[in-house]
Amino acid sequence: MRIDKETARRVANLARIEVPEENLEHLASELSGILGFMEQLAEVDVDGVEPMTSVTPMRLKRRQDGVTDGDMQDKVLSNAPDAREGFFAVPKVVE
Amino acid sequence: MSGLNNLTIAEARDKMRSKEITAVELTEACNAAVAASDSLNAYCEKTPEIALEQAKAADARLAAGNAPDLCGIPLAIKDLFCTKGVASQAGSNILTGFKPEYESTVTTRLWDAGAVMLGKLNMDEFAMGSSNETSAYGPVVSPWRREGSNTALTPGGSSGGSAAAVSGDLCLAATGTDTGGSIRQPAAFTGIVGLKPTYGRVSRWGIVAFASSLDQAGPMTKSVRDAAVMLQAIAGHDAKDSTSADLALPNFEAALSGDVRGKKIGIPKEYRLDGMPEEIEKLWSEGTEMLRDAGAEIVDVSLPYTKYALPTYYVLAPAEASSNLARYDGVRYGHRAKLQQGEGINEMYARTRAEGFGDEVKRRVMIGTYVLSAGFYDAYYRKAQRVRTLIKKDFENVYASGVDAILTPATPSAAFGLGEMADADPIKMYLNDVFTVTVNLAGLPGISVPAGLDSEGLPLGLQLIGRPWEEADLLNTAYALERATGFVSKPEKWW
Repeated sequence: MRIDKETARRVANLARIEVPEENLEHLASELSGILGFMEQLAEVDVDGVEPMTSVTPMRLKRRQDGVTDGDMQDKVLSNAPDAREGFFAVPKVVE
Repeated sequence: MSGLNNLTIAEARDKMRSKEITAVELTEACNAAVAASDSLNAYCEKTPEIALEQAKAADARLAAGNAPDLCGIPLAIKDLFCTKGVASQAGSNILTGFKPEYESTVTTRLWDAGAVMLGKLNMDEFAMGSSNETSAYGPVVSPWRREGSNTALTPGGSSGGSAAAVSGDLCLAATGTDTGGSIRQPAAFTGIVGLKPTYGRVSRWGIVAFASSLDQAGPMTKSVRDAAVMLQAIAGHDAKDSTSADLALPNFEAALSGDVRGKKIGIPKEYRLDGMPEEIEKLWSEGTEMLRDAGAEIVDVSLPYTKYALPTYYVLAPAEASSNLARYDGVRYGHRAKLQQGEGINEMYARTRAEGFGDEVKRRVMIGTYVLSAGFYDAYYRKAQRVRTLIKKDFENVYASGVDAILTPATPSAAFGLGEMADADPIKMYLNDVFTVTVNLAGLPGISVPAGLDSEGLPLGLQLIGRPWEEADLLNTAYALERATGFVSKPEKWW
């Protein structure tokens, strides 16, 4: 599967990573190379094989759906680049 | 009191218990070694004051008697572990300034056991790399050099700081994490022991996530015994990690008898690669003979899907990473990009991530995004999950035939020079993981044991792969191998 410049642009956008226009061509060829390496998987017959979702067969533990922690607004916000009045602050989202 | 930093955990433990040395003396020796190690770039954050405070508390505890094995033992922590109030950046600029308000389960258990924190260790950014060259702090330089050369070598990665710190005696032992070989490959490159436990044996809570279905933390130590002691302290169920197993822990150190008589050791023919250096081949057959001499039965085994492990890994790990790393968006912690007039939140996300992530991380996040995107999900991601089932089945078949452990080389070569792979395509770097990545895909325990030196005087390691949850038996086989190889080489101090 060749990745063209447009696909590279779309993937970068989906991943929310700004890529300068002049770098898109290089990115496309790099991604193509890596995907080419993965093409080997196409030759494996996986008919009737279950996809693995958990490597160790185990049941998820259950617990009471209760509040066990909290009341630490200061701690939650302490690493924020911009926190105001007890909230995370971001650029205006709604016009 | 110089030279105390050269001790193993077990030696230091015994000397402290017999009052021959104190935790403060031991810690001061390590602090001094760390302070004089800047040319290795192994530590990205030094915490000598915290260490001394913890050492004083450890001495009090030792005096009171009944102190745990790790009481007073100076350790260093990979930057991937969150440590309360101490910078934890996962080797990335996107977490610049991040000081966690909480402590990872692994480090909580270490401090509860009385261990001492010397600092945080450099690593590949978000644990993505095999040479430590993707770190935002710059590469770690291995304490090892080729004979008669002063070329700077890689300590391996991603736990390269851990490997350099342990092999250079800048701590007694260190924590590492292993998603595709990140404990075992650097351990092999630096002549130390590195153990990746069974998936679920050690809690992942508070460790910055890379690929959650593969990540596992483990000890990087100077001896197999030390790995057993450290595993004992960090392993076990944790309610904060739903994938951590609620299984009783055996006494790992007590399992070290060195007796492997009657054990069945499998030699997988698929690990004999075309173009593999003769020295690796030789090391592997010597290791095989040593285990045979120790009374183990050697059998040829087959793991037919081995060749698909790397492509499977390089679909699954980036896919999981693209999801895990979505949280770095400039809102809650770390770096946020500056915006121009008229720009909004979308520009903030995309520029924050462009500025904060390095090239390898960006590449993997985008590959992961692509294989999970509509139209490609079945062809890549779903397919890789199915091949992963087959890879695990390979191991199940071998173990069902009565094999106790599998012996392989740890890496396809000795350590390479920093910058030597700069012009290679990314795939070439990925090949470093060829012998280790299968173990993560199958969720098994694996250990790298130093086994010899190559013709240039660089360490080489062998890997033993065990049955799930049988780290005790695996450690014992590793102990027998360690005794047989008698590896005692240390890098000559030049830094």
